[in-house]
Amino acid sequence: MSKQTSFVDRLWDFFCSVKLTIVILILLATTSIIGTVIQQNLSQQEYMQKLGMSEKTYNLFHSLQFFDMYHSYWFLALMGLFAVNLICCSIKRFPRVWKIVREPVLVADDGMYRTFSNRAEVVTTGSLESVRDKVSKLLTDKFTAPVVTEQDGHFHLFAQKAPYARFGVYVTHLSILIIFVGAMIGNIWGYKAFVNIVEGTFVDAVWGRNGQTPIPLGYEIYCENFEVTFYEGGGRPKDYTSELVVKENGKEVLRKTIEVNDPLQYKGLTFYQASYGQSGTPTYRFRVQERASGETVEVVGQQGKHLAIPGGASLIPLGYASNHMDFGPAAQVSIDAGDHAHGNPFVVLQKFPEFDDRRGGDYIVSLLEAEQGYYTGLSVTKDPGVWVVWIGCFLLVAGSMIAFFMSHRRIWVVIQPLEEGVGVKCGAIAHRNQPAFTLFFDELKKDLNDTLVEK
Amino acid sequence: MSSSLLFNVTTIAYFAAMVTFLLYLVSKSDKIALGATVICWVGFLANTAAIGMRWQEAYAMGFEQAPLSNLYESVVFFAWSILLIYLLFDLKYKQRAIGAFVMPFAFFGMIWAQWDLDATIQPLVPALQSNWLTYHVITCFLGYAAFAVACGVSIMYLIKVGKEEKSADESPIGGILGMFPSVKVLDDLNYKAIMVGFPMLSLGIITGAAWANYAWGTYWSWDPKETWSLIVWFIYAAFLHARFTRGWVGRRAAWLSILGFAATIFCYLGVNLVLSGLHSYGGA
Ligand code: HEM
Repeated sequence: MSKQTSFVDRLWDFFCSVKLTIVILILLATTSIIGTVIQQNLSQQEYMQKLGMSEKTYNLFHSLQFFDMYHSYWFLALMGLFAVNLICCSIKRFPRVWKIVREPVLVADDGMYRTFSNRAEVVTTGSLESVRDKVSKLLTDKFTAPVVTEQDGHFHLFAQKAPYARFGVYVTHLSILIIFVGAMIGNIWGYKAFVNIVEGTFVDAVWGRNGQTPIPLGYEIYCENFEVTFYEGGGRPKDYTSELVVKENGKEVLRKTIEVNDPLQYKGLTFYQASYGQSGTPTYRFRVQERASGETVEVVGQQGKHLAIPGGASLIPLGYASNHMDFGPAAQVSIDAGDHAHGNPFVVLQKFPEFDDRRGGDYIVSLLEAEQGYYTGLSVTKDPGVWVVWIGCFLLVAGSMIAFFMSHRRIWVVIQPLEEGVGVKCGAIAHRNQPAFTLFFDELKKDLNDTLVEK
Repeated sequence: MSSSLLFNVTTIAYFAAMVTFLLYLVSKSDKIALGATVICWVGFLANTAAIGMRWQEAYAMGFEQAPLSNLYESVVFFAWSILLIYLLFDLKYKQRAIGAFVMPFAFFGMIWAQWDLDATIQPLVPALQSNWLTYHVITCFLGYAAFAVACGVSIMYLIKVGKEEKSADESPIGGILGMFPSVKVLDDLNYKAIMVGFPMLSLGIITGAAWANYAWGTYWSWDPKETWSLIVWFIYAAFLHARFTRGWVGRRAAWLSILGFAATIFCYLGVNLVLSGLHSYGGA
């Protein structure tokens, strides 16, 4: 054999070895710890200032790709090796298993009988055919119907159960490769993005994770309404929801109120409720009474605008607090008496509409309503590989259940004429859970004796 | 009756069962072993009823959530899972001495929850309001519980096999160790428990991924909790392959099982209690 083939052989054996599998599994387990101890994907400044890392440590870790280790070349290489190992092993072993299942050995020779750990031998009387029928019936009753082969004047019986259990391992291993493929599809053809939509407005593009380039959608998403509710006492948000409408060419095609754990899906993209925030300036409604004339008006307008009130003056809303000194919603306003100069700012409380009377100004201002605008923060993902991943996960569970809990059980029997009487030899193996099978076989042995040996 | 009263009953029963199993090892009386098993069942039923009542109590407060929402609830559910797996193994294999090495996990869990953890019922934040939470927690904990049983059995194995090798002659060991199942049975039970736990853990990881995907759009983001559950999965996968194909049984399998359970406990508790501390050391 040339040197070259032997090198290839050794490489092949290396990739096929289960020792390699175990080493890889242990390496994956230990190296994965790194990324759980060192926070991932922070900036250099954060590592050095917040985490107090020296520049030397930072540079070392950076060159080892510890700051994004699950996407580092060495970790991906380890995963790749894992996949190659799995593929090589399956290629090497699968044909043999396929053969065991598809072309079972129907006739066991003496050498095989010697290796079985479950064995029985009985000597009986009668014709070969009658013994064959009795054994055949017993196997059919207690196990499963056997295949009978006649060879050299002997009858050979073979019965097997759950041969497919052999494939459980391969399904499991294949499932892991399928999950890898699904993850790669997602990485190559999918993306993650985000978008903020101010209540009452729409977007037609989302922003990639780098936040620089917009990704056009080809349709528009409106946020018609956003609501947030809180648990009583304390500010734990109970729920926040956005009413989204998808419009294509100006026509509404889909409407859904999304919340955390209940996203909107459209054309391969999924929109998740991720965050929210206050947006723009609130809109106010005031009741203003001119003290001198008693004339009362209601005005509506946005922050910073001059709202006309009696006497040629105007009211200017300056700011909003959702809970001013525990008195509830409040607005800060000032009054321009007509000379284009802002008067002193003062605060009015929504819950106490008569309160401003006591200020003693020319006008009595009551805040009736203020509506703070919100934007809804959506994270957007496209992952065409996710279904592949789920198929892989399903096969992983199904395959490992079969591999662990199903057992390929085989029984061989030979019936042969002896110098005196008929000899029956029986051997059996199970590829898993041998103790339970041995219990079963001991029962069968008893039944065999009861059937064949006259008391 | 309230759930907290029933949780007290549970804790006392688990303690009593633990002590009774130890008494069994000393006295070798089958009646005492039966008594210990009955106490386990009583504790398990109390544990079940307590979790059920807590569920109702949360609903009565207006929180529509399964009782799996904070550390206290998860620890008492962990104790419940350990009992479930242990009792199933007891029904099937009837090796009573194992109780002495498994019940401490359930008892210490309960006593820790009762003494140290905040038992108030709190509402779930929106991110956790999902049925996936329930499926995810149940599958993970059944896995963890099977690994706890495997760990208890492995400790027994190591104690017994150490003694066996010291007593050079072939005479069977007497005394308390004589009450342990044979090392062969212990080794087999270790493997059987892991065989139950491994698919459960796989399902736990998968339901977690499905939930993450549904709620946030990524099924895997390598956060410390996810990563640690994968580490645990790798360790037990290595255990199974070492056993299937390289014949790693006995002592090495027992140590690997104990290591696996240590990693499991770290995944369950350490990630929240230790790593979050690590992460916050520079924070404001
Ligand atoms: C859920 C995960 C897994 C399960 C349940 C599983 C199950 C099994 C089983 C039952 C065997 C024994 C086959 C036999 O004795 O006939 C086996 C063998 C093997 N496994 Fe896995 N496995 C899993 C994951 C992996 C992974 C991630 C690898 C990674 C490379 C791997 C590589 C191997 C190799 C190389 C063999 C030996 C080949 C063979 O005997 O056919 N397995 N596995």
